[in-house]
Amino acid sequence: MNQQNPAISKGIDWSLVGIYFLLVAVGLAAIFAATYKEGDAIFQSFIGFKTDYSKQFYFFIMGAVLAFFILLTDSKFFSATANLWYAVGILLLLLVFPFHSRVKGTESIIRFGAFNFQPAEFCKIFVSLALAKYLSRPETDFSKIRSQLIATAIALLPAALTILQSETGLALVYFSFFLVMYREGLPSIILLIGFAVAALIVATIIIEPNTLAFILTGIAIFFAYIFRRQIKRNKAILIRIVFLWFVCVGIQRFAVPYIFQNILQKHQIERIYDLFGKENPYLEKDETLSSAEAKKKKESGSSYNVRQSKIAIGSGRILGKGILKATQTRYDFVPEQRTDFIFCTVGEGFGFVGSIILLGLYLILLFRIVTIAERQRSVFSRCYAYGVAGVFFFHIAINIGMTVGLAPVIGIPLPFISYGGTSLLTFTIMLFILIRLDADRQMVLR
Amino acid sequence: MSVFNQSRSRIIRVIFLVAFIFITAQLFYLQVIEGKFRQLAAMDNAVFAKVDYPERGIIFDRNGKAILNNTIIYDLMVTPSEIKGIDTLDFCHLLGIDIEEFKQRVLDAKFKNSAVRPSVFKGLLTQDIQARFEENSWKYPGFNLVERPLRTYPYNAAAHILGYIREADPRDIERSGNFYRQGDYIGKTGLEAYYEDVLMGERGVQYMIKDNKNRLVGHYENGAFDTASIAGRGLKTYIDIELQQLAEKLMANKVGGLVAIDPKTGGILAMVSGPNYDPNDLTGPDGSKNYGKLVLDVTGPMLNRAIGGRYEPGSTFKPLGALVALDEGVITPSYGFPCFGRYTLCGHGKPACTHAGGGHAANVRLSIANSCNAYYAHVYRLAVDNPKYGNVKLGYLKWKEYMNAFGLGVRLGVDLPSESRGNIPDTSVYNKENNNHWTSCTNLTLGIGQDKMLTTPLQMANAMCIIANKGYYYTPHFVDKIDGETDDDSTLMNQFRVRHDVLTHIADTSFNAVIEGMNDVVKFGTARVAQIPGIDVCAKTGTAENYTILDGRRIKLPNNSMFVCFAPKENPKIAIAVFVQNAGYGATWAGPISRLMIEKYLNDTLMKKSEADLDRISKANLMPAYFKRLQYKEDSIRAFKWFKTTKDSAYIKKYLSNTLNPVRSKSGNNSFPIKKEKELVALLPGEKYFLKNLYPFYI
Repeated sequence: MNQQNPAISKGIDWSLVGIYFLLVAVGLAAIFAATYKEGDAIFQSFIGFKTDYSKQFYFFIMGAVLAFFILLTDSKFFSATANLWYAVGILLLLLVFPFHSRVKGTESIIRFGAFNFQPAEFCKIFVSLALAKYLSRPETDFSKIRSQLIATAIALLPAALTILQSETGLALVYFSFFLVMYREGLPSIILLIGFAVAALIVATIIIEPNTLAFILTGIAIFFAYIFRRQIKRNKAILIRIVFLWFVCVGIQRFAVPYIFQNILQKHQIERIYDLFGKENPYLEKDETLSSAEAKKKKESGSSYNVRQSKIAIGSGRILGKGILKATQTRYDFVPEQRTDFIFCTVGEGFGFVGSIILLGLYLILLFRIVTIAERQRSVFSRCYAYGVAGVFFFHIAINIGMTVGLAPVIGIPLPFISYGGTSLLTFTIMLFILIRLDADRQMVLR
Repeated sequence: MSVFNQSRSRIIRVIFLVAFIFITAQLFYLQVIEGKFRQLAAMDNAVFAKVDYPERGIIFDRNGKAILNNTIIYDLMVTPSEIKGIDTLDFCHLLGIDIEEFKQRVLDAKFKNSAVRPSVFKGLLTQDIQARFEENSWKYPGFNLVERPLRTYPYNAAAHILGYIREADPRDIERSGNFYRQGDYIGKTGLEAYYEDVLMGERGVQYMIKDNKNRLVGHYENGAFDTASIAGRGLKTYIDIELQQLAEKLMANKVGGLVAIDPKTGGILAMVSGPNYDPNDLTGPDGSKNYGKLVLDVTGPMLNRAIGGRYEPGSTFKPLGALVALDEGVITPSYGFPCFGRYTLCGHGKPACTHAGGGHAANVRLSIANSCNAYYAHVYRLAVDNPKYGNVKLGYLKWKEYMNAFGLGVRLGVDLPSESRGNIPDTSVYNKENNNHWTSCTNLTLGIGQDKMLTTPLQMANAMCIIANKGYYYTPHFVDKIDGETDDDSTLMNQFRVRHDVLTHIADTSFNAVIEGMNDVVKFGTARVAQIPGIDVCAKTGTAENYTILDGRRIKLPNNSMFVCFAPKENPKIAIAVFVQNAGYGATWAGPISRLMIEKYLNDTLMKKSEADLDRISKANLMPAYFKRLQYKEDSIRAFKWFKTTKDSAYIKKYLSNTLNPVRSKSGNNSFPIKKEKELVALLPGEKYFLKNLYPFYI
């Protein structure tokens, strides 16, 4: 049990460490490309802690030091203190309410001297640990509804607090912990239904109503055709299909429009459509804004961001323009260039080929984490690994998805690449705890 | 326990993979399929082609004085986001605006160009305001001055010659094949238009990178695609600016045209069209306002009557008639005609002649000196009835050919736009009017420069050059040299460097007879007013009756005063044609004007007597009174149209009262009748009267 490690390097998965350094390097280069202005003295500004890339560089060093200490820590420490950390996390989230920064749009941030500190980011680590701790308890029987509800509560309590800080995007990240629960035996039907309803509502927003009704009918007929043998024997299946079709079309044609027209406020509807970069179709004709106003609105809303982001990425074409020649991203056409829309810099500077290489790197990272998860003897380590995989996946898919116009613009960072100290440190800590746990994979942690 | 859901790890991997495939597919669509389109969008987003305007060329007079130059005026720019803590009241006081206006302009600027980019707060500052602002500029952050090049006419003269530039209108843009763009300046008239290509230089383009707020942040690709602008080239003209200024002074408040040409080169020394305007009025802060005013003025100050005004030449034509007949051999220099006060050979006793008997038309020289109408009517008939050509139509065609050789009835090709060709009618016109049967009696007044003959002052001055040169001329033109002449320029300029030997076949004896006659006009005849001690002037006066139609009536207007001349008789250096509309006899106004011009040009000073004449002439207002009535009609019609389309009665109001109705002068020449004038309050289009008691119905 009390294993003596002659060297901390023993058992460490170097492939993860390698990918980590690669991604951070890409991130530094991208932030440099997005914010460098001609004539800056490169070396000086890298050292000076004045520019964004310099700050990110120092955050990286800070992260590396932290990672080193994590690797020195006994892996039992994490499982033993998981609940304590969770409590600290919730406390921090609560502290935001009295102590948050008064600047609009940053209500989730605590100012700590020169540093801004966003508990909602850090809390992901604590939830991963606490959830893993709960699921790995010998007395937890995850096939019981009660356990499933408790696990859900552990995952979603921080989400609820985060929503109160108007950081919807960060809150949605906590839904990625359903991946852990799914792996640990949460019935697929729950995920499936949840996913289907979410998909249907999104589809209602982005696809023209008649087209969507047509598509849904097509799917229903397709399933009826596949199950035609069973239907011959059992008419109930047909009835179920028709019933499902009816519910889907009902939601799409009547429920969603009803909610939009009668329950939601105008600005809320607008915000939802904005997330998808669409015009609000529920505006009545005479309310439409004068063209100048509308233009102004357009340029500030996220539909503008997405349009500019798509132009930036598309203009990179196959091989890209080269890192400092990317006009779109270098001259601030894409807002939030350094943070949420950092992928544009890669897309414009390195084109399709560069984007695919970055995506490949992420995919290798995710698959590697899953592989590592499956080789753990300890349930705690496995659950934690899946928690990391889920959070990373959610961030990567949604962030890149929103820059290419596939996902709503909810403003979450791209792991290891987006500018921002809190997010870089959070992802670094998450990854290195995993590496530490994996190094002790033969141990059974409780 | 841990293995029992292991299959789900595979499903999780599939979920990851599917999401990544979706993203890859979208990337493929954006970057590979639509990439080109998005690249263009990005280019449009980020690169701005900034046109670098060169300085326009400068125009010099014959002595190298700049008569059309460039100056710099300042626009006051505002960047709304940078306005901080300024004393608004003080600032408004400086600019002479009130606070409301200030707020409105800042708001406009924000709306037009956003708060972070500079926009024009007040364009074209007067020097006074500019100087005051510059002293205090440190007090007003957010405001700064931006240079704007402007054309300036240092002598306030030669408006019609030099022309002006204005922003290119859609027609200019289309005609240039989109070479010009919205907001570019283009020469609209005069030399500015004719030599546009030379004067404008070559525009440069700088490809600038702009950021998301449209601020320019640097050169695209370090300026690899940029081109530098090349300044416009200067023009050296024949104009003598002092002579031009004198001519303008003389023609002040007169309607008509004046042209002075150097016969040896065809170079135009001075050209005036009356009424005139100050070219500097069209530049600077009030440019647009003044332009509007000039355009609406019925006296046509923007019209160049020296090349566009069509006048009956009257008696000034006679030397040409003599030369044609002499060359045709139908008369000799000693040919005489018995005139007893009128021409009787066509049966109606017209035209009448100011002289009767005394052998005043005993030969060509005397006939010119005494300006005998009967003689020239007859000489015209002799020329067109020349048996050589068989019939009058063929004879007339030959005569017309002579006219065209003299430059009448054709465009001379002066280097100004919109030159008129005057009028020498074709036989078809007479055929049509007279049912194909006509004789030399039908249009015999052509012989004394009437009937349908119309000439421009430029044509008559050029005809004088031909006589002075005994048969040849150079196309009248202003520009002597183009700075750094290129091959293209040479092709353009060569047309002015070719000697046109159109009438050198006329015998010297014929020319001498006519020239002596014209000399006699000055010595003993109607142009004695043009005598200058020490200079032999050859001249011919002319007086033409004219009419206009006003308020549905034909009104006789005062005669046009005309004078053509050249001097000195031997080795002529200047040829002049002066037409003054509705002024009286040729010798009264046009004669002295010409004399002063010759004096100024050849002697460089004026005699004492001439100084007095200059004073008298320049102060004389000969603007015909009917213009007032015409202006009133035009204005009221426009006001009525405005009222009809906009229901805004602001303009029509003053035409609805009698008090402002300008009424004719009752004195002699300038009178014209209006019936029931008290009832007329405003005029409708179509010249129908709008009765006073009806107007409440309209308002």
